[in-house]
Amino acid sequence: MRQLRTFVAHVEDRPGVLNRVVSLFRRRGYNIESLTVGRTEREGVSRLTVVMEADDDAARRIEANLYKLVNVLLVDDLTNAPNVTRDLALVKVKATPESRPHVLQLAEVFRARTVDVGSETVTLEITGTTDKIDGLVDVLRPYGIVEMVRTGLIAMRRGNSEVVREVGEVVAA
Amino acid sequence: MTGPRSTRRSGAQLIWEVLLSEGVDVVFGYPGGAIMPAYDTILQYPIRHVLVRHEQGAAHMADGYARASGKVGVAVATSGPGATNLVTGIATAMLDSSPIVCITGQVSSKFIGTDAFQEVDITGVTLPITKHNYLVTDVDELGPTLKEAFYVARSGRPGPVLVDITKDVQQAMTEWVDDGSPVRLPGYRPRHALHEDTLQRAIELIDAAERPLILAGHGIVRAEASAELRAFVEKTGIPVGSTLLGLGGFPATHPLSLGMMGMHGEAWVNHAVQEADLLIALGMRFDDRVTGRLDTYAPGAKKIHVEIDPSEINKNVKADVPIVGDVREVLRALLPRVQKRTRGPWVARIEESKGHSAVRDIKHLPHDGRLFAAHVMHDLWRLTEGKALIVSDVGQHQMWEAQYYKHDHPRGLVTSGGLGTMGFSLPAAIGAAFARKDDEIWVVVGDGGFQMTACELATCAQEGIKVNVAIIDNGYLGMVRQWQEFFYDGRYSATPLKSPDFVKLAEAHGLAARRVETREQIADAVAWARNTPGTCVIDFRVEQEDAVYPMVPAGAALHDMIRRPAHSPIVETSEDP
Repeated sequence: MRQLRTFVAHVEDRPGVLNRVVSLFRRRGYNIESLTVGRTEREGVSRLTVVMEADDDAARRIEANLYKLVNVLLVDDLTNAPNVTRDLALVKVKATPESRPHVLQLAEVFRARTVDVGSETVTLEITGTTDKIDGLVDVLRPYGIVEMVRTGLIAMRRGNSEVVREVGEVVAA
Repeated sequence: MTGPRSTRRSGAQLIWEVLLSEGVDVVFGYPGGAIMPAYDTILQYPIRHVLVRHEQGAAHMADGYARASGKVGVAVATSGPGATNLVTGIATAMLDSSPIVCITGQVSSKFIGTDAFQEVDITGVTLPITKHNYLVTDVDELGPTLKEAFYVARSGRPGPVLVDITKDVQQAMTEWVDDGSPVRLPGYRPRHALHEDTLQRAIELIDAAERPLILAGHGIVRAEASAELRAFVEKTGIPVGSTLLGLGGFPATHPLSLGMMGMHGEAWVNHAVQEADLLIALGMRFDDRVTGRLDTYAPGAKKIHVEIDPSEINKNVKADVPIVGDVREVLRALLPRVQKRTRGPWVARIEESKGHSAVRDIKHLPHDGRLFAAHVMHDLWRLTEGKALIVSDVGQHQMWEAQYYKHDHPRGLVTSGGLGTMGFSLPAAIGAAFARKDDEIWVVVGDGGFQMTACELATCAQEGIKVNVAIIDNGYLGMVRQWQEFFYDGRYSATPLKSPDFVKLAEAHGLAARRVETREQIADAVAWARNTPGTCVIDFRVEQEDAVYPMVPAGAALHDMIRRPAHSPIVETSEDP
């Protein structure tokens, strides 16, 4: 089934590793929807979260191709697993003295934080699933979005499932 | 050299020490500014350096050495243009899973990123065409990195690894000592455990099949699984088709050997694939040159796919039973458990279709004085008793070689399959000559491909190498000409080829050479080359506009072949013209 898939890749924190991963996706013709990279609880290990559209076979090959990269420690396809996903956005929206209360009200409904107020704009910070952020963006659009930035998705399995106990030691998730 | 107690030595010295400990006794390379410290110290070590004429040749030589021996080949080049000249050779090794290590010099670390003289980001350039690569900017990392490079190159699905070493690292001193500890690569898992349930499913399919066919690929040769394959075939009675790179993995003269399949495969093999009820793919990856159009490929067959690289499973052809693992281990696991049986009716049916093809075989063409490339290949096979190591180039001659030189032994054919690199053969043969010092080596090359790397004749002369070069000279870029004849209404755009006098060219290098224009001259010329010391070149002036048959047009179904017109009367044999 073709669907948006969320992969988590644990990689060695070394120069050029992100380049290798991205180069692989480019070369094999996989289209990235979202890609984030950051540190983890373990020294020397970074964690990539990649969202891309793929069917079941392509998903398995993406996983297999990622494993061919020497610096990739573990790949976890979270798509159909119980998971927590978060995206973060900063949205700068037009806010005249008349419209400002409406904008702030919407922000409250979506539990967005106001992080800056200018004479003609308000900047909101929102954290949540992709759907929730899309929802806020949709209702703000009529007011005029001046600038927006999103971090892309980060994801984690729910519960106690410990994916990796030690760098390189794979434990059944 | 260092004192007896001191382990202190330069990065440049350490390079050769690690190479020696990896069993390297020959490297192929070309010096230059950024690799000079390494070249300065190689004189202290028992490693032979072969000076190439172009770095592409160094990579092909390392590749040829690796394919002929099963060991890791090593190429050395300087930074910038030296490194970029390796690129075609690295890509060739990548596509054919050949284990080579390329060592390149790099500008000093303080200049990196400044577009310094002869600076190129070669790890960036080679990222998609290496199995892995490294930039070393710390001399204490040099030893472990080189060890890793050899390990990665040769393990799992083999491939090229590049190690880019800055000049200051070569000059710096280090105390690093190899304590013999295994390479620690936490994310690298070249071995895969076999699963009992998939083995069992495979055995059930094999035992139940009435029209099974084995597709033997390069993996048989790489995994040294020829003996296991033969035992498996003889127990199960299943006929074997080969990929180009699989030739020799199963003896061509074995009764159950069908020969090469695919675009220029024999008609009876391709028909057998299409009629089979089970394909057992062993160490091959269903390349488009093997399958033809995918949606019509082997429509009635279940597929068992044995492959060391999990990313190849279900890439082109969906496997009913995928088995990820070393093909030799898989065959050993299957062999005691499959039923012993014969497949009489199925084999008889293939034999019958083989008989129909004989009338089209150029070997049986009434002799009319013309010299065909197929004659040269067939006669070369007979005269060398099938025992020569053939290194073929890319194009028509490569296909004729595959069809007419019957390879009975693994590593009897070295050729560029995946990348199809013209110019591969002469340098690859030079590399092979260092791996197989007692074997007879023949280069089979077109007049086009030969001119791409003909400069390496000088390497043959300087290094005193004995290979025999058979130029299949038809005055065209023959394979492209053939496509133009078949698919572009005969418009010969940029395919007629004027060449230098190859005999004089060889002689200018101080090498012996002859020209052959009739079939009667073949035996004498081959005998002459075999008995003449040093590299010999024979210019075979063959029929100019002959085509390779059968041919499955690109994108067509595998059974949809263009056949050689049948000729009559059939001459039963022209073994002795």
